[in-house]
Amino acid sequence: MATTTTTAVTTTPTPDGAGTPAIRRRQRLLFLRNAKAMTGLVIIGVFAVLAVIGPWIAPMDPDALSSDVLSPPSAAHWLGTDHLGKDILSQIMVGTRGVMIVGFTAGILATVIGVLVGVTAGYIGGAGDEALSALSNVFLVIPQLPLIIVIAGQLPSAGGLTVAAVIAVTGWAWGARVLRAQTLSLRRRDFVEAARANGERTWRILTAEILPNLTAIIAAGFVGTVTFAVISQITLAFIGVTSVSDWNWGTILFWAQQNQALARGAWWWFAPAGLCIALLGMGLTLVNFGIDEFVNPRLRSTGLHARELRRRGIRPRIGFTPVVHEAEEGRR
Amino acid sequence: MTATVSDRRPPAVPERTPVLEIENLSVDYGYDDDPAHVLRGVSLTLHRGEVLGLAGESGCGKSTLAYAATRLLPPPGLVTGGRVMFTDRDGSRSDVLALSDAELRAARWQDVAIVFQGAMNSLNPVFRVGRQIADGIRAHRSVGRREALDRAAELLEMVGISPDRLRDYPHQLSGGMRQRVMIAMALALEPQVLLMDEPTTALDVVMQRQIVEQIAELRERLGFAVVFITHDVSLLIEMADRIAIMYAGEIVEDAPAREIYQRPRHPYSSALLHSFPPLRGARRELSGIPGAPPNMAHLPTGCPFVPRCPHAADACRAGRPTLGPTAFAEAGRSVACTLHDGAREVPQELAQR
Amino acid sequence: MRFVVRRGIFYLITAWAAVTINFVLPRLMPGDPVAALLAKSQGQIDSSAEDAIRLLFGLDQDASIWQQYVDYWGLLLHGNLGVSFMNFPTPVTEVIAQSLPWTVGLVGIATVISFTLGTLVGMGIGWRRGTWADGLLPATTFFSAVPYFWLGLIAIALFSVTLGWFPASGSYDRSMIPALTPEFAGSVIRYGTLPAFTIVLSSVSGWILGMRNMMVTVSSEDYVTVAQAKGLPERSVVVGYAARNAILPQMSSFTLALGFIVGGTLIMEMVFSYQGIGFLLYQAVGNHDYPLMQGCFLVITLAVLVANMAADVIYAVLDPRTRQEG
Repeated sequence: MATTTTTAVTTTPTPDGAGTPAIRRRQRLLFLRNAKAMTGLVIIGVFAVLAVIGPWIAPMDPDALSSDVLSPPSAAHWLGTDHLGKDILSQIMVGTRGVMIVGFTAGILATVIGVLVGVTAGYIGGAGDEALSALSNVFLVIPQLPLIIVIAGQLPSAGGLTVAAVIAVTGWAWGARVLRAQTLSLRRRDFVEAARANGERTWRILTAEILPNLTAIIAAGFVGTVTFAVISQITLAFIGVTSVSDWNWGTILFWAQQNQALARGAWWWFAPAGLCIALLGMGLTLVNFGIDEFVNPRLRSTGLHARELRRRGIRPRIGFTPVVHEAEEGRR
Repeated sequence: MTATVSDRRPPAVPERTPVLEIENLSVDYGYDDDPAHVLRGVSLTLHRGEVLGLAGESGCGKSTLAYAATRLLPPPGLVTGGRVMFTDRDGSRSDVLALSDAELRAARWQDVAIVFQGAMNSLNPVFRVGRQIADGIRAHRSVGRREALDRAAELLEMVGISPDRLRDYPHQLSGGMRQRVMIAMALALEPQVLLMDEPTTALDVVMQRQIVEQIAELRERLGFAVVFITHDVSLLIEMADRIAIMYAGEIVEDAPAREIYQRPRHPYSSALLHSFPPLRGARRELSGIPGAPPNMAHLPTGCPFVPRCPHAADACRAGRPTLGPTAFAEAGRSVACTLHDGAREVPQELAQR
Repeated sequence: MRFVVRRGIFYLITAWAAVTINFVLPRLMPGDPVAALLAKSQGQIDSSAEDAIRLLFGLDQDASIWQQYVDYWGLLLHGNLGVSFMNFPTPVTEVIAQSLPWTVGLVGIATVISFTLGTLVGMGIGWRRGTWADGLLPATTFFSAVPYFWLGLIAIALFSVTLGWFPASGSYDRSMIPALTPEFAGSVIRYGTLPAFTIVLSSVSGWILGMRNMMVTVSSEDYVTVAQAKGLPERSVVVGYAARNAILPQMSSFTLALGFIVGGTLIMEMVFSYQGIGFLLYQAVGNHDYPLMQGCFLVITLAVLVANMAADVIYAVLDPRTRQEG
């Protein structure tokens, strides 16, 4: 199949499966030392905290009307107000909870489905594998957002958790696909073969030998699904398919769009919510970059900043190894 | 065009003129403050028409040496010092490491060609074999596509592959055939030096033998010099004129093949030879080398072989031994070991005459 | 040949799955909004159209589910997707047929531009690592993290409202009569530029990133080193050896991501009120026009499948291994 090559690239160099717990721990620390991953985790952490305490620390009730209609940012309203004088900062702070809950619920659900389908397909092989792979490919090819819109549009009332469930049901396929390929290659490795030859029970092989080696890929799939879920949910809210009275960042944009915020030049109405999405999305993407570089060392940057390399006259290139005469200088 | 090149071909029995001289080559791996010093002042001379074997355990730097000398080492490899002098047929000399990009590009394949480790991955999977041989020719000679393909067909025949395989893609060839195609490709411009990095490792024993014999036969006919890199010392003893043994990024012994086999002078050479069964002649006891190769990022100050050496003494820990004459001052041999400084008596197993 | 057969079977299965989802969904939904709508439009709708809708949405409780399924297929194969409530009594197929060309034009062209541009830029960045070009990566991270529609909003705010360079919505000047004239074509281009630009801007980063990673991975393959060892010109090493192989996984992620991309770009039509199928879906949702909603989903899925097949054909042309007999 045309598509086998993609997964080969993301999966070839895996963390050594036979590694002792100590090595695994060191590798985990290595992951945290990755600047990209760290930045991403901090961003996500800030939003997670906001999701918990946002509704309490919000300066006012996001639904409270006031006489400051459509006012730009001021001391009273840091991010201005909407057409009914509601405080936008409060809407964003209160809305964070909905975004995070739906994002992570959908992420967890989709990851569970993805792990079940992917690992099973990769481990059992044969006809079962063919069927499960075909199933995940079908779900990959069917455009998810229109499907979600059609499902959500036919539900009488689509609340946060319903949306999360719909997103999870349509968005698990990518993770399953990658996990299947990786399980397939793990199954042929010596330590798994050895465990099978020793008559270990399948359940134990899966939990003790296979799953620990899939951690990075499962994590990457989870982060990817959370990103997808956050964006989908906000998109759904923006086009008004889901309940427009539950605050999340998409709802803010929905009201902004409905009330011609663009034409009225009310930038404070739609810019902050968008930037929050972008920031959270960037945090998630950075974590995934970190995982990618952790799993595929070829992607890691070469270790030095471009400026330092230039100073030493090094141009890292394929096929033309840089030559500096430092060894001689050192000797002199 | 090929005729003019053939006319300049050296006589079949070459006098010992150097064609590639590696002097003091140092290579780091990693651009940061704490790189691994994977080659540390390696010097090696390849003479016209000879087969030089380069042996050592994996990770000793033997492949790095070949890649660095041609500047093909991938990032984060870094050549930090030394010269690689190439002597052309007309006697002109140039330093490969000092060439500009354009000059290096022009010299590649023409002067020095390489056959890589994995025949599987050395061929571009999306181009036909003929095209891959021809594009190398056309990059250096002003010939048409037709002519280059004709030459490619000739080359395939030379390595025993039917010319109608020109239109095959690499995945349609067997492993042995791919490696032959690589050899044909490398010989396309009649290079003076052929670097072969484990060219037979991925093949089965029968195929290995065929390829090795083919290389020997082609060298006889075309007169190129070969650097043959392998961890299989017994293979080298059969086919190489001279053998250099590497350990931890240094050459520890350099001697004619027969002599190093019968009379190793370095404890590591001796150990390495004893870890392979000889192909011919009397059987001898096999033994592995105890211990593991050192971590190249943190080498001790003295001789890197000390932890595994049965003859290690205080002198070995004091400083790094350099390549010099043996204790018996044999011509054409050198060794890097304190045992040959004259201060100690050479143990019996390293002193056979 | 095996490749073609396998893919062919796969597309048949996917098409079948899409149709079946369409069949099952309304039968799973609680309540009967369609029945309510039918009741409301009693008397206005002719009986054959009403039968079709009853069949599409499973309102005929007396027929067995299997019989319903067979009849459903029969309807579809006759190209009958029911009538649109919103544009009563125009058949859904007719409504969709009017908007589909706009989507194919806008989303199709923008996606092809984005893929080509992203692949070229990614090729450059991936080949020259450790140079200034790596500085482009954080910017691409930003664009891959924001939802498409938000970029659309910003683009409208900047280029339409503030600068007034492009119209903010619509697909051509409404005072014109659609015809094959240069004036009309000019208007279509003028209205299409901003949405297309936004689609490219928001989707290009994914391709840049994907191709960059593929180039980095492929660059360390032996055959690239061999190409350098052969002293080939830089251009043919990069294009013929590195990029030519990196494009293969890039193509397969293209086919896989197509559904995702199309979904995202359809939202762009909603933001720009561009009269394509995405905007139609948006209106259908807003007006509870269920037959139209389902029809849109089916047509979008089939369109994505066709695009997928086209991408597969290109892949097979690019990779000799797929053409192998056996």
